[in-house]
Amino acid sequence: MARNPAKQSRFGKYGGQYVPETLMPAILELEQVYASVRRDRSFQREFHDCLRQYVGRPTPLYFAKQLTRTLGGAKIYLKREDLCHTGAHKINNTVGQALLTKRMKKRRIIAETGAGQHGVAVATIAAMFGLEAEVYMGTEDMARQALNVFRMRLLGAKVTGVDAGSRTLKDAISEAMRDWTTNVRTTHYLLGSVLGAHPYPMMIRDFQSVIGRETRRQILTAEGRLPHCLVACVGGGSNSIGLFYPFIKDARIQMVGVEAGGMGLASGKHAARFAGGVPGVLHGTMTYLLQDRHGQVSSTHSVSAGLDYAAVGPEHAMHHDSGRIQYTSATDQEALEAFDLLSREEGIIPALESAHAVAEVMKRAPKMKKSQILIMNLSGRGDKDVTQIAQMRGIQL
Amino acid sequence: MATPSNRITATFDRLRQQGEKALIPYLMAGDPSLADTEALVVALEKAGADLIEIGVPFSDPIADGPVIQKAAERALRQGTSLRGILRTVKSLRTKTQVPLILMAYYNTIMAMGEREFCHEATQAGVDGVIIPDMPPEEAGTLQQAAADKGPCLIFLLAPTSTTARKAEVIKHTNGFIYYVSITGITGAKLRDQDSIERNVRALQKKAGKPVAVGFGIASPDDARQIAAFSDGVIVGSALVRKIEELQHSPEMIRGVSRFTASLKAAISDSC
Repeated sequence: MARNPAKQSRFGKYGGQYVPETLMPAILELEQVYASVRRDRSFQREFHDCLRQYVGRPTPLYFAKQLTRTLGGAKIYLKREDLCHTGAHKINNTVGQALLTKRMKKRRIIAETGAGQHGVAVATIAAMFGLEAEVYMGTEDMARQALNVFRMRLLGAKVTGVDAGSRTLKDAISEAMRDWTTNVRTTHYLLGSVLGAHPYPMMIRDFQSVIGRETRRQILTAEGRLPHCLVACVGGGSNSIGLFYPFIKDARIQMVGVEAGGMGLASGKHAARFAGGVPGVLHGTMTYLLQDRHGQVSSTHSVSAGLDYAAVGPEHAMHHDSGRIQYTSATDQEALEAFDLLSREEGIIPALESAHAVAEVMKRAPKMKKSQILIMNLSGRGDKDVTQIAQMRGIQL
Repeated sequence: MATPSNRITATFDRLRQQGEKALIPYLMAGDPSLADTEALVVALEKAGADLIEIGVPFSDPIADGPVIQKAAERALRQGTSLRGILRTVKSLRTKTQVPLILMAYYNTIMAMGEREFCHEATQAGVDGVIIPDMPPEEAGTLQQAAADKGPCLIFLLAPTSTTARKAEVIKHTNGFIYYVSITGITGAKLRDQDSIERNVRALQKKAGKPVAVGFGIASPDDARQIAAFSDGVIVGSALVRKIEELQHSPEMIRGVSRFTASLKAAISDSC
């Protein structure tokens, strides 16, 4: 072809733009509009003003003294994305994309949500910017995240249940893409993680990189040196790449992404794409994908709806292959233990997604020296999960 | 080039000489079983189908509406796989020379491997492939793999396609251009036929390749109107719904054939 976007739209061999023709013009428009605002001062100023005044940034980098003492190894810092408005890092990206939506003169946004955190962030930002919002959510996820469903509706968004397939995040994304295909002239698809066709993975990583940039400044202020290790959970991978990206060239800093180990890798009931997947194409991007040998996408399992997805962001796939980021997993059980530990030691109830990262910290910190620094991204708060946890423990709220 | 692309091209050439338009029904392979698919292909040809599209079921069909989604779920529950479909095509080639075109999401092809797929598909007797989630931008290596012996890669254009994209697709498509009639997914309601006609006529003028129209064509009436200005009419969801309704009935093949014959009659009417 005359133009060869293959190189620009990819992370190594991953990424790309595998979407129906009907969507291609919109994807190319988004690519163009984003390229024009990426270095546009007025856009960046508007974005950062909104992050400061509405989202509540910068979020603290908190030294977890009790957890550090209990685990008896590295100094543990928590990047408190749970303190963002709406309770998770998801809102950073929605602010950026809502501003883009306005520039593209579109009035309606659609989104998918798994745990409901992205859906709530979209509903919130739509209310604030005066946009019409519709959020697609698997009916299985609606059942386990009923609180967030109600929050979205309070905020004026339409929540549409998706009853197809596994009734989780994967099916919600498919349905959002179908809506987008139908209403592409008036609607922006506000994708919530570093997934989908280019430019989404790059653009969302850029919007979430505020996490890592703040963290870098904050740790230099607090300790006068860079950390030894960064840990974050990986569903699609936006909170992790947001933390990691501004450190990626510091070769000595270890980075660990934690996937959902579900009921254990041997059980087959998990969402550990790097442990159980091979490269494939889903929802517009080439990346590691849990699938059978015929290319049918596997059902996944995780106690946390936000990690329960068969594919992972293409940039992570590249960093996996190069070894720059290490990927591991935590089981449902380990995440639940970590959920309790952080709640009791630090008085912070983490989201079940973030609890997977806490579980990795519990394994890793004790093996590190006391002089070493570990930073974990506490990507969201756990209020949304309280009902589910109570139910699992047989407690009627 | 060997036979495969010629079966598609030869069919469109023949129809043009006869002053006719192509009827292209779509079936989901393995719905309700691959044996039924085989019988249906033979019956559809007898009922007037000029080319036949065979859907490869995929777990996450983002370009498809609920009718095709459900058909894919039924087919996957039967254990239908791309390899099984190619075996069915091979068996069909002892019975019919009707051009057969697979419609497959890219991941099912990638899982087999592009080179192996092109080789196996051509060997089996597949003439063309339509990949709804692969724009020409991403098709480079598959085009190389298909360049020698086939199958034809058929690309799509949509109402949202820009002039530049139309030129690219015209250049790259092989066999015919698949024009998506509506901004939407399969099985949605057809509307604004005037603008479809304008777009198709402009494409035909520029392309010098046949233009077949699909998505949303549900009835003989729709087919008649679209056939009046296009080179072919693709009917998917309406036919798949018919199969769904009759899947447990001994009358399935007869019922689907009758519907296909009514589409063909309407198309011939318009010429």
